[in-house]
Amino acid sequence: MAVTAVWPNSKDCRGSLIAVTMPLFDAGGDPGPNFGALLRSTGLAPPVPDAPADTLLVSHATTVVAIRCRQGVVMAGDRRATAGHLISHRAIEKVFPADRFSGVAIAGAAGPAMEMVRLFQLQLEHYEKVEGKALSLDGKANQLGIMVRNNLPAALQGFAVVPLFAGFDTARGVGRLFQYDVTGGRYEEREYAVGGSGSLHAGTVIKLGYRPDADADEMIDLAVSALYRTAEEDAATGGPDLVRGIFPVVAVTGAEGFQRIADDDVEARFRALLTGLAAQGGEPR
Amino acid sequence: MTMPFYVAPEQLMKDRADFARKGIARGRALAALSIEDGILICAENRSNSLRKVSEIYDRIAFAGVGRYNEFDQLRIAGVRHADLKGYTYSREDVDARSLANQYAQVLGQTFTHEMKPMEVEILVAEVASEAGGDQMFHVLYDGTVHDESGYTVLGGEADSIAERLGRSYEASWEVGDAAKSAAGALSGEGRLLEADDLEVAILGRETGKRTFRRIEGQALAELLA
Repeated sequence: MAVTAVWPNSKDCRGSLIAVTMPLFDAGGDPGPNFGALLRSTGLAPPVPDAPADTLLVSHATTVVAIRCRQGVVMAGDRRATAGHLISHRAIEKVFPADRFSGVAIAGAAGPAMEMVRLFQLQLEHYEKVEGKALSLDGKANQLGIMVRNNLPAALQGFAVVPLFAGFDTARGVGRLFQYDVTGGRYEEREYAVGGSGSLHAGTVIKLGYRPDADADEMIDLAVSALYRTAEEDAATGGPDLVRGIFPVVAVTGAEGFQRIADDDVEARFRALLTGLAAQGGEPR
Repeated sequence: MTMPFYVAPEQLMKDRADFARKGIARGRALAALSIEDGILICAENRSNSLRKVSEIYDRIAFAGVGRYNEFDQLRIAGVRHADLKGYTYSREDVDARSLANQYAQVLGQTFTHEMKPMEVEILVAEVASEAGGDQMFHVLYDGTVHDESGYTVLGGEADSIAERLGRSYEASWEVGDAAKSAAGALSGEGRLLEADDLEVAILGRETGKRTFRRIEGQALAELLA
């Protein structure tokens, strides 16, 4: 196109309104369908911290789990955020839809994690709109890996973000799940994946209860049980809050897309679990 | 040194406008209708992959006629504008009016300052949550913006198509009636456009994110039957 209204040097327009006028690029500087590159070229990309987070009290989000089932994948996450030894939020959410057929769950520094989720959701939508076609599930998983890797300098300063990614692969007709490390390493898991401070306990509970090709309903109960038992052992993981009516976020992603389980349903499952445990004569002290 | 010939500004503008209009008239037309279920956009397009109608944002669609590469570049710029605005502020703050103004700026700038004007006409449509509140901005090659209500037609033979559509148009139509009438109006005398010749999409009136959806293949054939 003949228009040569090209972005000024990105430093000049950082935080200014110019970023939301008509973004036209010359062929060499065009960011294509990449929303992250578009943000960098418009100076809206977040800055990298240049000092450790030790002196700041940063909120951390904790335990999340993902389990494969016959219909696809179950994801769940508790609702607690901690800052040091304090509980900073009782009701934050850590499980989000990434797009129609996938979800992302986050553990780590809450602020950067939320921002990463927001950018990831936008990136998938942006790509789909610009290209006219959604990314493949592998493409989405790789994209998230790159975002985690780009966060490495911040992770070294204490702002680590470690997500889980799970979705329904529409090309293959199966649920798949991926976990990451702080370097952006992407690891596909066949059965289940866990993340956050309570991952050791949650992983053990799931390992004992997992059955291949189980029904989603059964795996939701397993996720609920894993979060309950993790909350008993890990101070940074919140259990069901029966007084305030705050329960973990649970979602199933299958051929119908990402569907969050209603709070009432999750509450009923926790109450059934507690009633069952009490009927057995309680838990070992 | 040779002196360039003097050309009167009136003549210059007229030549450019004629050039752009000729390019646009060669292209096939599209119609957009504000109806009970939302905004239906129906384009004559034999290609299944080169789109004329596309999604910009939750409640905003884009449609273009004329040179494909030019309006597609405008489409991508619009998606970027909307996504950046939604990221910087909030999803509710992305609106068709400001986007149409941006397009008008770019088209107007190109028309007066560049070697060649863009041979495109574009439509920016935003669906409202209630019938009657829909917005449709029709932006011309020189940056002129028309705020349309009810229905609008872009491209070659727009006047005769709009006249045919205007004879039957009703705001209370459902998707099926609207698609059939739009297809009939685009076809004109002596030919009939079928599902394979059309690209149809709707901005649904439902609340929530991403209301744009395409109606294609079997679903479109059934709708037109």
